[in-house]
Amino acid sequence: MANMFAFAESRGGSLRKVALEAVSAARQATDATGGGEVHALLIGAPGIGAKAAALGRAGADLVIVVEHAGLARYSPEVFAATAADRLRSGGYRGAFFAASAEGRDLAPRVAVALGVSMASDLTGFAFEGDALVGKHPTHIGKIITTVRLTGSPALLTLRPGAVLVTDADRTARVEQGAPALDPAAARVVVTSVGGTGDAQLDLADAPVVVSGGRGLREAANFKLVEELAAAFGNAAVGATRAVTDDGWRDPSTQIGQTGRIVSPDLYVAVGISGAIQHLAGMRTSKTIVAINKDKDAPIFKLADYGIVGDLFEIVPRLTEEVRKARAGH
Amino acid sequence: MKIAVCIKRVPDMDLRFAIGAGGKALDSAGLKFDIADFDGYAVEAGLRLVEAHGSGEVVVVTVGPAAAQETLRKALGMGADRAIQLSADEVPFDGRAVATALATELKDGGYDLVLFGRMATDSANQTVGPMTAHLMGVPCVTAISKLDIAGGRGTAERQLEGASETVEFPLPAVVTIDEGLGRPRLPSLKGIMAAKKKPLEVKPAQLGAASLTVDSIALPPDRPPGRIIGEGADAVPELIRLLQTEAKVL
Ligand SMILES: Cc1cc2nc3c(=O)[nH]c(=O)nc-3n(C[C@H](O)[C@H](O)[C@H](O)COP(=O)(O)OP(=O)(O)OC[C@H]3O[C@@H](n4cnc5c(N)ncnc54)[C@H](O)[C@@H]3O)c2cc1C
Repeated sequence: MANMFAFAESRGGSLRKVALEAVSAARQATDATGGGEVHALLIGAPGIGAKAAALGRAGADLVIVVEHAGLARYSPEVFAATAADRLRSGGYRGAFFAASAEGRDLAPRVAVALGVSMASDLTGFAFEGDALVGKHPTHIGKIITTVRLTGSPALLTLRPGAVLVTDADRTARVEQGAPALDPAAARVVVTSVGGTGDAQLDLADAPVVVSGGRGLREAANFKLVEELAAAFGNAAVGATRAVTDDGWRDPSTQIGQTGRIVSPDLYVAVGISGAIQHLAGMRTSKTIVAINKDKDAPIFKLADYGIVGDLFEIVPRLTEEVRKARAGH
Repeated sequence: MKIAVCIKRVPDMDLRFAIGAGGKALDSAGLKFDIADFDGYAVEAGLRLVEAHGSGEVVVVTVGPAAAQETLRKALGMGADRAIQLSADEVPFDGRAVATALATELKDGGYDLVLFGRMATDSANQTVGPMTAHLMGVPCVTAISKLDIAGGRGTAERQLEGASETVEFPLPAVVTIDEGLGRPRLPSLKGIMAAKKKPLEVKPAQLGAASLTVDSIALPPDRPPGRIIGEGADAVPELIRLLQTEAKVL
């Protein structure tokens, strides 16, 4: 029997889906190791505590809420000190973080503060005796490495989408906590968060990703990709580096070896050749569709469904048909 | 400005990989090696910062076997001033073990900035930078795509999922680099010649204990081979049917 810890990531006062995944994974691990409690740490500006109920439904028994006016944004040193403090006192077997931009920044800070190592970006995990054994895609996804982590607590980051979110009729207890470091004393300070905003579906969370490449010829034509994404209704828009380099799209939407890694149910590649560096970011998608005028484009080696032809004819038709199919639901 | 850039020698990712006997490492036959992608960006960032500052020194540091000297020489060829090899037959998979060696070397080196690539392209743990920072006792910002240094302080931008954040911090600091500060320059012929004469110091790596290890490695399960279902807009209804009935995603 062992208690597990999960860090509940939020942005702009809302929980991110990876928060629910971290808690759900901790729940699975607790249940698989003979029962125990899941404790989730939720940090934010006053009011963030209202999100505790959702963490309960995902599997938390206890939510430690740390509210502070100076913590509306991520504060790496304060978050790390607070998580480490809790982990030091709690006798936890495992600690779950998301392999997100924030989680991958935070978890190593916590690990080294506790004097332990950690496992990164796991797509699967199991506690075996005194070890955590996990699957970790390495070498730009061309190798799956099985890693073994000994020591307690076992810290890990979990690849977004690696676990299904639990939704159970469970009410978490809430405990008020305090930051372990005065936010005003932090050396590293996030002074602003900007960009494409919180309303839009994150690439990492979206069940469908529609990406465009240089085949679109110019930035304005990306509206074809956006319209297709809108027709699906649950899609985010990605891009190749060729396109983000040219400034057609925001760099945060680049998929690949040097961009984001996504693993949606459906990935639609529009006018994308399928360079190995791009494939590194999407090859684990469940279903891949490719539209390209070159029948020898490498993307067709990977695509479950390929259509050869001019995207300027195919995509508008596809958008129309997806819209109809969605309406027919 | 004195800058250290920590780099790693990794296999060239474009090649086809096979699993070596023992099942814990790549088959070394046919592998080629190069500086890890993001580490190349970090070297470039270090060079640009010193160039912009007008004076300073860029020291490249690696933990690895003698063969990693080739990687250090490449960075010297790009323009780094000197190199340090922290000698270890194998680079531990455990980021903390590597960070211990780096922090021991860098702690009292008087560096204003220690740069890393966001992560090594082979082990992909993304932990060595922040762990080294903690062990050195200096602030750390990870995975940055923009960086300005002025008046003993840094301002950096980090890409988040669907957003970006601006981060401020005092020097000395550890910063890990994503893409964005500028493509790594290619070593010029003159640079390569000069690199041969630049100092390269070899010391034993004071590695920390490793508690993260590799059990085994495997190639990912094969996807079914790609399938072209048709040509032109006329193939769209068939695609819709397959997405609904076979893939069940629509
Ligand atoms: C170190 C390194 C890291 C990299 N990291 C990344 C990364 O993270 N992500 C990434 O994406 N790339 C990355 N790249 C770049 C990568 O190698 C490719 O250059 C890039 O992915 C190509 O983008 P693309 O497919 O949009 O463009 P192209 O390769 O130019 O392909 C355009 C495609 O559009 C098709 N096309 C053209 N017109 C039409 C039409 N009318 N209808 C249908 N199809 C059409 C063409 O047949 C072609 O296949 C990296 C490269 C390096 C060296």
